[in-house]
Amino acid sequence: MNYMIRAKNLVYEYIRRDKEDNVVDITTAINKVNIDVEQGQFIAVLGHNGSGKSTFAKHINGLLIPMEGSLWVDGKNTNDMKKLWEIRQSAGMVFQNPDNQFVANVVEEDVGFGPENLGVKTSKIWKRVEESLSAVEMLPFRKKSPNKLSGGQKQRVAIAGVMAMRPKCIILDEPTAMLDPGGRKEVMDTIRKLNKEEGMTVILITHYMDEVVYADKIFVMDHGSVVMEGIPKEIFAQVDELKNYHLNVPQVTELAYELRKEGIPMPKAVLTVEEFMEAFEKM
Amino acid sequence: MIRDITIGQYYPKESKVHQLDPRVKLAGTFVYMISMFCFHRFLGFLFVSLFLGWVIKKSDIPFSYIVKGLKPILFLLVFTMVINALFVDGHIIWSWGILKISVEGIRKAVFMGIRLSLLVLGASMMTFTTTPNHLTDGLEQMLKPLRKLHVPVHEISMMMSIALRFIPILLEETDKIMKAQMARGADFETGGMIKRAKNMVPLLVPLFVSAFRRANDLAMAMEARCYRGGEGRTKMKPLEYQQADYIAYGVLAGYIIILMIGLRYIPSIWTIVG
Repeated sequence: MNYMIRAKNLVYEYIRRDKEDNVVDITTAINKVNIDVEQGQFIAVLGHNGSGKSTFAKHINGLLIPMEGSLWVDGKNTNDMKKLWEIRQSAGMVFQNPDNQFVANVVEEDVGFGPENLGVKTSKIWKRVEESLSAVEMLPFRKKSPNKLSGGQKQRVAIAGVMAMRPKCIILDEPTAMLDPGGRKEVMDTIRKLNKEEGMTVILITHYMDEVVYADKIFVMDHGSVVMEGIPKEIFAQVDELKNYHLNVPQVTELAYELRKEGIPMPKAVLTVEEFMEAFEKM
Repeated sequence: MIRDITIGQYYPKESKVHQLDPRVKLAGTFVYMISMFCFHRFLGFLFVSLFLGWVIKKSDIPFSYIVKGLKPILFLLVFTMVINALFVDGHIIWSWGILKISVEGIRKAVFMGIRLSLLVLGASMMTFTTTPNHLTDGLEQMLKPLRKLHVPVHEISMMMSIALRFIPILLEETDKIMKAQMARGADFETGGMIKRAKNMVPLLVPLFVSAFRRANDLAMAMEARCYRGGEGRTKMKPLEYQQADYIAYGVLAGYIIILMIGLRYIPSIWTIVG
């Protein structure tokens, strides 16, 4: 089996040193993480603040190099400095703060930044920019300044900027953390569309449980380790365990869970309101 | 209030001036600025203002918006004018101690005021009509020969374009921090110079911290998108001279010639010495 991303015994520590270069403090950000992702999957990595999920995300893009263990992206080891740019091209990354990832003052120029760096021919850059912007439905805004867009629109442009590099997978590091509910929905719809229609491998790093309902597979991280993994139904059935890791399940899931505890016949994991209504009507 | 600063900002429009090659606009701004120092007569300003007015009209940018660009230099403007008015010798019409106002002084003050305003307006026309990326592309192209002297031309132009891009964001942030500190009783408006400067500390510290954080984030985002310096980079909008650019060069040449000839041959009513 050819994995898109394969992490084996990944370890990364943040080391603080004093002026004499003595080690003062070691924080293990990720500890022996094993994660396999197949081509075309929608993967969610969940965890509260400081669980190591963002550190893991930065490894996939080669922004951080593992201290122990290895990580392969599309068969290329991120330890191999010669392959670094290939890896960054095949694994695009979208960050949390929409303002801090724009380089240009016009939407289309910003989307073109990635292909420019890759040395793509001018005529092809334009084609890529148009395709990427229409994939995220932002083509009408191409001449606008990013400062004039809403948060959700900014993140969609950021996604287009990554898409224009023609990556094989896209990593989103808490892309909705700074957005309002409307913007969050916009971005999530775009991500799902890219995964379904373009077959893009998606790795979504988040702490919002309702965003991961549609994922093919979920990894829950806590204190640098993967503590749970499985399909959403399996994960969401374990409400108490999730709460241990400071994660809140969606409201419907919790309601169904509480009802079930009281002896009302509810299915094990209810993820959406529709599912709940269906189960409710059956009763 | 702080967001009123318009100088250095791009004003999106699809006018002829906007579409010109940035190299033309850079050269034009350069020539325009030099030309301002080539005459000592008010007549010159007539030509310059006519030229600038024509460019502004062609650029489709509202005049009121452009004039707002003068606001941040208002203090400098007034200061220059007052100093000139008070300390230029000549035919004295009012004096008090060492302070005296002369006819020549007033004339010089007005002259300097107009010159400074026209300089700023002209320079801001360039930034209004050119996106930062375009501008730095132009600079990069024009300064390319300096690369042989190991001047990091690409890096400098990239830094400039990013600085321009972050001006509005940092201004907004300043505004936000100011309000947050004012809500907690910070006072930015009263007291003498020293007290006010001291009061700026709780504004500047968080602003710098956040600027560094942003710089860090942006650097990471750029690296993630395969940015690795100017080597092997292509351009989405490469610079190629169009017909309009050659015409613009022609207009620029015409401007200088008319200015020079006009100033030489039109007799002066009164001139400024100095």
